Amino acid sequence: MKSSATGRARGTAGGPGFLRRHTNALWGLAAWAMGLFFLLPAAWMVLTSFHSETDAATNPPSVAAELTVDGYREFFGASTGASPWPTLANSAIAAVASTGLVLALAIPAAYALAVRPVRRSSDVLFFFLSTKMLPAVAGLLPVYLAARHFGLLDNIWLLAVLYTAMNLPIAVWMMRSFLAEIPVSILEAAAIDGAGLLTVFRSVIIPLAAPGIAATSLICFIFSWNEMLFARVLTGVRAATAPVFLTGFVTSQGLFLAQLCAAAVAVSLPVLAAGFAAQDRLVQGLSLGAVK
Amino acid sequence: MSTAPTPRPKPSEDADRARRARQRRDAWARRGPLLPAVLFLVVFTQLPFAATLVISFWEWNALRPGQGGFTGFDNYREVFGDPDLRASVLTTIWLTAGAVLVSLVLGLVAALLLDRRFPGRALVRTFFITPFLIVPVAAALLWKHALYNPEYGLLNGTLTWLWSLFGSADPPQPDWITRWPLASVTVCLIWQWTPFMMLILLAGLQSRDTEVAEAARVDGANAWQIFRHLTLPHLRPYLELAALLGSIYIVQNFDAVFTITSGGLGTANLPYTIYRTFYQGHDYGLASAAGVVVVLGAVVIATLALRLVSTLLREEQR
Repeated sequence: MKSSATGRARGTAGGPGFLRRHTNALWGLAAWAMGLFFLLPAAWMVLTSFHSETDAATNPPSVAAELTVDGYREFFGASTGASPWPTLANSAIAAVASTGLVLALAIPAAYALAVRPVRRSSDVLFFFLSTKMLPAVAGLLPVYLAARHFGLLDNIWLLAVLYTAMNLPIAVWMMRSFLAEIPVSILEAAAIDGAGLLTVFRSVIIPLAAPGIAATSLICFIFSWNEMLFARVLTGVRAATAPVFLTGFVTSQGLFLAQLCAAAVAVSLPVLAAGFAAQDRLVQGLSLGAVK
Repeated sequence: MSTAPTPRPKPSEDADRARRARQRRDAWARRGPLLPAVLFLVVFTQLPFAATLVISFWEWNALRPGQGGFTGFDNYREVFGDPDLRASVLTTIWLTAGAVLVSLVLGLVAALLLDRRFPGRALVRTFFITPFLIVPVAAALLWKHALYNPEYGLLNGTLTWLWSLFGSADPPQPDWITRWPLASVTVCLIWQWTPFMMLILLAGLQSRDTEVAEAARVDGANAWQIFRHLTLPHLRPYLELAALLGSIYIVQNFDAVFTITSGGLGTANLPYTIYRTFYQGHDYGLASAAGVVVVLGAVVIATLALRLVSTLLREEQR
């Protein structure tokens, strides 16, 4: 508790005393309790994924049961031969390709909105935002009909393009707020040195905005990886993504809880990694750059 | 601009025209980088909506080819006349309002707790974020099978354990999803969205001026008074933003409803109903009309959200 007490003292400059220190400790305990409570379902998921099916399905729960990786082995198709790898690969293709495309479109757009702004740039910004606020499900039917007409059903690249459209508004808003932080003087200096637009991008903007670009990519990656409705409607056998695989996974009766938890952990791992990596910028992305 | 070939001596009209041409070129040079993104969005988000709007006025059922044609507002009458669809409008409202309000309150509590210094604060913050980083389908499966399951789910398992502590072999073992279907879906959503609310509100708390609160404390204000009269007013735009953005995302929720109840037991919200009408019922006209209704609802929320974001944006640029 010592570090908390000194930290508090630094923050409030005074107000010492036994009682106050204890109040702080109680608040800290409350924070820990609530945090652990929210973590509990996820922790239970991880623990169960390492239990045997028999231990996973007991009542009361067997917390201290022996650990095994059988659940993961089953998830990867040890006995059924149904491997999740193709769907994981599809998810990765859709997420990575759409993230790349999003950046290619969003960085120039953000430049035109933040660095050398077009007229009425805030109207354009709000046009981007408004497209994000319309429920995607309302556009699903025409997209499906068009995809069927052009023979693009069950094609992972179609999903990549659609995810690009879903994430582009978020990326433009995020990149706008990151590019706005670049000092104008640096850009002017580059312009005076006669650098063309591409050179300015390559040697000034992209290096300076690298952390912002990384955060934007991670958030776009997460949203693409998570998406299920469009993937379910627009894909079949070849292009199914990991979330679609998850929904079809629970068909068997009997004991499957450990396997299910292993699947949930395995599919969530990339998102957890991306999310923890982007933790400090997460809020900026989720609030579309409105909150820092 | 490097290319300015107009000879200077000639004043008036020529120079004027040249200047205007230069301005136009400059305007297009500014617009250029923006155009690909705008075009892309128009093609992939606006055109489908326009198509949905058109289809919503047609009778078009893929199972009855040959029939159909322009029907005016018939599909809309059906959306509001069909008890199932009307129920799904209500379900959407309940689900969204319940999940947003509860996760907003929990997110506020979490943000207030995390705003103080205590040992392990970064770690606890990570704990809070974790639910948001579980793939939504996986989270829904987890709640459905590992937590709510009446025979071996964690909830009933915990009840058995608690009752056994007091020597009872007869604990209550409710079938959570069957008894409280909508609440079951809502709780899963609350679990996933509280971190979102917490992050926005925590950013709001940390942006506030601590000196004012300090001055109030010196003047003898207690913690509740500071919270009520200083913190809460400061947080208001952040609370509104979190609620509106949360509504925009949750109103579109499909994964939890689809996974936990498959839309049964009165939990079918509009996105699920649209999916079913079009994917299983093949009634394209009706599905489109329901889609337009969702969009209209979203436009109301979105207008409020946009106004709020523009206020925050102006403050940032001030």
